[in-house]
Amino acid sequence: MKLHVTDREGGEHELEGTKGWRVMEIIRDAGLPIAAECGGACACATCHVYVDPEWTDKVEPRGEEENDMLDLAFDVQENSRLSCQILFDESLDGLKVTLAPE
Amino acid sequence: MPDGQSQNPIRTDVTIVGAGPCGLFAVFELGLLDIKCHLVDILDRPGGQCAELYPEKPIYDIPAVPICTGQELTDKLMEQIAPFDPVFHFGQMATALSKTEDGWWRLTTDMDTVIESKVIVIAAGGGSFMPKKPPIKDIDAFEDTSVFYAVRQMEKFRGKHLVIAGGGDSALDWTVNLQPLAASLTLVHRRDDFRAAPDTVNKMRQLVASGGMTLEIAQISGLEGSDGQLTGVVLKDKDKGEWSIPCDMLLPFYGLTMKLGPVAEFGLNLNENLIPVDTEKFQTSTEGIFAIGDINTYPGKLKLILSGFHEAALMSQAAHRIVHPDRKLRFQYTTSSTDLQQKLGVA
Repeated sequence: MKLHVTDREGGEHELEGTKGWRVMEIIRDAGLPIAAECGGACACATCHVYVDPEWTDKVEPRGEEENDMLDLAFDVQENSRLSCQILFDESLDGLKVTLAPE
Repeated sequence: MPDGQSQNPIRTDVTIVGAGPCGLFAVFELGLLDIKCHLVDILDRPGGQCAELYPEKPIYDIPAVPICTGQELTDKLMEQIAPFDPVFHFGQMATALSKTEDGWWRLTTDMDTVIESKVIVIAAGGGSFMPKKPPIKDIDAFEDTSVFYAVRQMEKFRGKHLVIAGGGDSALDWTVNLQPLAASLTLVHRRDDFRAAPDTVNKMRQLVASGGMTLEIAQISGLEGSDGQLTGVVLKDKDKGEWSIPCDMLLPFYGLTMKLGPVAEFGLNLNENLIPVDTEKFQTSTEGIFAIGDINTYPGKLKLILSGFHEAALMSQAAHRIVHPDRKLRFQYTTSSTDLQQKLGVA
């Protein structure tokens, strides 16, 4: 299973996804620059990503708490997500996300 | 002259940089060994990340505590260390570390507090909590002249065209408090929904309804002005596009983020913003300076609170040799030692 990540300089990375991991964890494990300061507790908004438009319908919608936390992020768009709140599995094989500015 | 100024520094056994769970528990372990502590923390209260990031969130992996929140853990630690009378210096950032001629560590804060001690313990977690800066082009050029991340003197904002950004308590509190002083005030938030206390949100909405201020549901995309002086901010919205509004001063409130900060200048070896330590004493590359908790690194390191507690206990053994070189270290249990129980005030 693959996760495609575009970094803040436009570089593209194909990562091996693991079922049951959060997307944030897959990105962090690959050593890409994602702060994820609170460690996945939906408490900081430093794992903000944009989900590629062709995938927005396939990921679970934002939770209320996640939407609140996005107030602490910048340049929030309709496809903004906190990547610690997206659980990776087969249905997301090939998912494309872009790291948001920080 | 008050204690702690440069001419009259505080002298103590150990200075702990960071009052998160590991810094707090270090007070306990050091206290059992008759070592007194002062703590410095940039937050205005104890608890570090537990207090700032997840005070209401549950923690399930503290040994023998099946569940507690970040705030409960902090409160319990404060109760546990109370017998040792730690002295806290809150709302201050440790900015410089040097050695005195007579061999004490001299730590200075951004509030000019000066603490001299035999041992330094860095328990600074992910670093200092600092305001999040919006990634807007050229914002640096306007900081401290037109862009402010905190309000120190309200008078500075009198008669100005203010723009406040954010949807939490800081943004809403300052909106309500600065509105009477401002020539105009615009609150910018990405959605018409606010995390701030409902009472403050209501006050803000009343001010909008009475024409006392403006609410813009938008995000800031650019700044206008020159030589450090803002003249306007550019807003954007996916439906309305981009437009600019007049602004003399901008106050962005997007919460806090962690930066290593001046600890990086303390002369210690660093490895990707972490401080390498040995696993016997949790000492850094410099004798007498220890690092515990999330800020240190060693083979097998896990960023867990329980690991930091263990590190605090071993560090304290080493600190004892420095603080009390003439005393023999006696290993005792709190369960059976009358001596320790007297220190804890229970015997």
